[in-house]
Amino acid sequence: MSDQTSQSAPKSMFARAWDSDFAYNFRRTPVAVGSAFVVALLVLSAIFAPLIAPHNPFDPASLDLMNGFTAPMAANEFTGDVFWLGTDDQGRDVFSTILYGMRISLFVGFSAVLFAMVLGITLGLIAGYVGGWIETIIMRAADVQLTFPAILVAMLIFGVAKGITPIEHQDKMAIWVLILAIGLSDWVQFARVVRGATLVEKDKEYVQAARMIGRGKGIIMLRHILPNVLSPVLVIATISLALAIIAEATLSFLGVGAPPTQPSLGTLIRIGQGFLFSGEWWIILFPSVTLLSLALSVNLLGDWLRDALNPRLQ
Amino acid sequence: MTLLTIEDLSVHFPTRHKVFVAVNEADLTVEPGEIHGLVGESGAGKSTIGAAVMGLLERPGHIAGGTVSFKGEAISGRDAEAMRSLRGAKISMIFQDPLTSLNPLLTVGQQLIETIQFHLKLSDGDSRKRAVELLDRVGIPLPDERIDMYPHQFSGGMRQRVVIALALCSEPDVIIADEPTTALDVSIQAQILELIKELARERQTGVILITHDMGVIADTTDKVTVMYQGAVVESGATEQVMGNPQHDYTKSLIAAVPRPTLKVHRFPQLSYGGRSIEFHIDDLARNWQKPEPSKSGTLLKVENLTKTFLQKGALIPSRRKYFKAVDNVSFDIRDGEVFGVVGESGSGKSTVARMIATLYETNGGKITFDETEVTALSSNRDLEGYRRQIQMIFQDPYSSLNPRMRVDEIIAEPVKHHKLLEGAAIQHRVDELLDRVGLGSEAGRRYPHEFSGGQRQRISIARALATQPRFLICDEPTSALDVSIQAQILNILKDLQEHLGLTMLFISHDLPVVRQMCDRVGVMRQGQMVEVAETEELFANPKEAYTRELLSLMPKLEGLSTEGLKDEIV
Amino acid sequence: MLTFVIRRVFQSALVLLIVGLVAFSMFRFVGDPIDNMLGQERTDADIARLRTDLGLDQPFPVQYVKFLKGAAEGNFGVSYRQGRPVSTILVERAPATLELAAVSGFFAITIGIGLGVFTAIRRDGFMANMIMSVSLIGVSLPTFLIGILLIYLFAVELGWLPSFGRGDVVNIGWWSTGFLTASGLKALILPSITLGLYQMTLIMRLVRSEMLEVLRQDYIRFARARGLKERSVNFRHALKNTLVPVITVTGLQLGSIIAFAIITETVFQWPGVGLLFINAIQFVDIPVMAAYLMLISVMFVGINLIVDLLYFAIDPRLRVDQKGAK
Repeated sequence: MSDQTSQSAPKSMFARAWDSDFAYNFRRTPVAVGSAFVVALLVLSAIFAPLIAPHNPFDPASLDLMNGFTAPMAANEFTGDVFWLGTDDQGRDVFSTILYGMRISLFVGFSAVLFAMVLGITLGLIAGYVGGWIETIIMRAADVQLTFPAILVAMLIFGVAKGITPIEHQDKMAIWVLILAIGLSDWVQFARVVRGATLVEKDKEYVQAARMIGRGKGIIMLRHILPNVLSPVLVIATISLALAIIAEATLSFLGVGAPPTQPSLGTLIRIGQGFLFSGEWWIILFPSVTLLSLALSVNLLGDWLRDALNPRLQ
Repeated sequence: MTLLTIEDLSVHFPTRHKVFVAVNEADLTVEPGEIHGLVGESGAGKSTIGAAVMGLLERPGHIAGGTVSFKGEAISGRDAEAMRSLRGAKISMIFQDPLTSLNPLLTVGQQLIETIQFHLKLSDGDSRKRAVELLDRVGIPLPDERIDMYPHQFSGGMRQRVVIALALCSEPDVIIADEPTTALDVSIQAQILELIKELARERQTGVILITHDMGVIADTTDKVTVMYQGAVVESGATEQVMGNPQHDYTKSLIAAVPRPTLKVHRFPQLSYGGRSIEFHIDDLARNWQKPEPSKSGTLLKVENLTKTFLQKGALIPSRRKYFKAVDNVSFDIRDGEVFGVVGESGSGKSTVARMIATLYETNGGKITFDETEVTALSSNRDLEGYRRQIQMIFQDPYSSLNPRMRVDEIIAEPVKHHKLLEGAAIQHRVDELLDRVGLGSEAGRRYPHEFSGGQRQRISIARALATQPRFLICDEPTSALDVSIQAQILNILKDLQEHLGLTMLFISHDLPVVRQMCDRVGVMRQGQMVEVAETEELFANPKEAYTRELLSLMPKLEGLSTEGLKDEIV
Repeated sequence: MLTFVIRRVFQSALVLLIVGLVAFSMFRFVGDPIDNMLGQERTDADIARLRTDLGLDQPFPVQYVKFLKGAAEGNFGVSYRQGRPVSTILVERAPATLELAAVSGFFAITIGIGLGVFTAIRRDGFMANMIMSVSLIGVSLPTFLIGILLIYLFAVELGWLPSFGRGDVVNIGWWSTGFLTASGLKALILPSITLGLYQMTLIMRLVRSEMLEVLRQDYIRFARARGLKERSVNFRHALKNTLVPVITVTGLQLGSIIAFAIITETVFQWPGVGLLFINAIQFVDIPVMAAYLMLISVMFVGINLIVDLLYFAIDPRLRVDQKGAK
């Protein structure tokens, strides 16, 4: 309100970040701290899966078919081995398959969101700042694609990609096709939000000040506008991550995603579904719970972010 | 009988670091037929009082102490349902922005009739009749037809009339008007204030008029209460308080108001509450490389400038509609003078500024700067030389600085872009500029959100000076600022002209400010330049009818104290 | 008004043409139709004859126009996998999907809007907070898991409802309906809850946030300041303004119900077009994929057109032009 604000000395980056209302809000919200903790735990255990997992489910040599259908925490009737979360039909340790499966789910999720984000931000910035017929083309394409649910677009891309890749490469390519399919189905959200925010920012006087100096379009877009449109992007990226993980699981569950040789959480659930009715509940239960906790905690984090970054509520 | 009594009212907003005291033990009374002005700068707590009386405080704000009584009966501290029955029925409110105060999906009539029926329990037919009468009373022409229209079909001034009609539906005893004319043009502002005055007399309604505008207070109110940082500092009859203020804050506030009738050299630095700042523009002059004056004595020449905007697009070119924002405008600005352009919103004055600033392309006409025809230059490279010599100060101090850039980066950007200095010399120039505009060089390591509106406007000025320009465009540089901050900024701008010899284009809607700042003035209306004259000549002998009209609508402020101004009067 | 509708119809037609182009390109370039249609024992003469028969020797635009003409007449060629005309298969399968989508769409919209309004008005209430927390689980729970969970509970453990199929159906002309038999209705319950739950949560959360946004507006504060009843402020003033953005998204959600039916149909072995489509993808049965794409886009475009017309009914700013009092 007055000149008093300039009295205290400038703070370091870290102190500034820690003291910000944003960090304060985070510390004061148990749900946010809790879900951030769960996400961090799951991501770390996926990254370090080879170190944590008691077995390597992809190594046929470590498998013993005799160990099949061992219940959790119970000794196998033939071998006497004990598995925390039991084994599946082929004797694979469910705990290990979940860790490795989560690796694939998270890899696909993060890569797809990153891909969608880069594509969406670029196109959204250009559409919003440059305008004209470029904007018309980009946004019409976005509108047409938005008419179709992301999961359907992803399926179509997957189907087409499957049609044009030779059969012997299909398994190897499946993960990349998944990333492409989910990423391409999701860029519209980013582009629309970034374009909307860009349209608001570009009329602000600081952009006009930069234009008056003679700054070029590229510099204005990257240096002035981009940093100011990132907070809604962060919110969308978080929610998109949850959606991408679910989309990947859904595609894999439907049998049009990760191949059985590289099972993701969705594939594990697909496999486990067959044994639910015969009483081997653990094969489906544990991957499902993992998937749900992952998606839920990312969603909770996104929900909190949206409220925390909403300028009106601050 | 006193209608409304506010005693020792305190409103608290608990925040993370401390409890923010928005209103601190304020007192106020309203008598029938009286307009009571509540004046203060932003953050003074004047709107909070209105919201507290209405029971519309935004959370986490709450009444922490004191009472509000209506006709001697305490009404604060009642539960929500009791407040609601009183609200609207006995006390009404008018909000600032008529564009957002009406529900866009219901007709004006539907909104009026609903309110009338609720309060007066009339039949459908009678309610409608009453709604038409009310619209007629607030000056809406053809009320029988207009009643079935939607809010978007009314202009801003008409909408504010509808808002007033809505506030009158229940025949309230007290109306709280929160900045009712701030969003309106000066000519419409006068009409709305006149209407409020008439209604208060005619119905013996008590009005609390919340405003930041001393002109509105002086011309409209019977009594006035002055607030500063949540507390009442002075209260009394308007003539008394305006003509002979007792409190130091009131004195400083009144001294900072630009007068339409007398011109001051500088605004007095009557400081209150740590608001005074030290700036040393004269020190800048030592390192300032003054360019050769232009040979002809004219720095900027604008000839037949025209700008059209597409209003309605269509596939067939002949069906497209265009809007001429600037229509054949010509003027020139002499070396070293301040040239003012005044006009109401939509007159095209900002568009002219933006074309000169190369932010808009022109659709015809010529701009010549120091013998170079700027409009003939097309590439960015050719324009570099021109852009280095002109700079602009924008209206909104909150959006004119990039919130994600540090202050020193903001000020250094033009220097780096034009490659005027290198390395440590850049930082040196930034530090010097921040020092000279009174912020201190350590301000460079902070981000814009850490500064107040007036401080940000000084950062804008520092940025504008970084390239040592010859020509400064000021587009309503103080209209978003409080009056005491406005005085500081205007003083800095006056110094820039005096010590650095800067030539300025000063865009404003505020005639008293223009009178203080400008050597010559052009009046614009609907895209056209109506009249150009020396400032004193224009105010003394306006030639055109439109100029006379504008001048007549300007608040005279003759009753305001001139304490502290005496030495500065030119 | 008329120009607006004409422009929208024009835009819809353009969308269909583009989708048609995508579908046709799939048809034409993904996999070789000749390979698919002729077996191992084929002669060059067979190939040449088939190329001419299918018109594959003609230029691309001509083929595209032919494809569009065929599509307009409902002729999408023959399924590679089943060897029957795609249109026949689609007509057989469509009623199952449409009935499922209608029931779950109705369920999602009514309950979604109701809960959204409730949680917005009582935004600090205990119930509202509970509903919001549970809804996040709803958004995080993949559709197929909901389906499996419901099957396990109500079909396997409790044995109340069937775990797969449509039950008994009655044929009315070519339309086969499950609405008229007890077993058909029972079979509908689990799949429609599975399909509708996710959309319901989305609609509810959207209605809530839009409504909270509207409740912050000046005209709501002004309505309160005039002393109007909370009920009138909430429903007469706020809800109507909330509906404008909600309608768009709800329209899109209805569209996605048909697409999300793919997942539900797989879980419940529901004999609709979604199950057909997922099998087509697994076997790269391009004619079926192309036809499904065209069918679904016609539906989406239709829904969007209706949504646009609904705007007119609700928002006077579109209906009445800007002339008026000045």
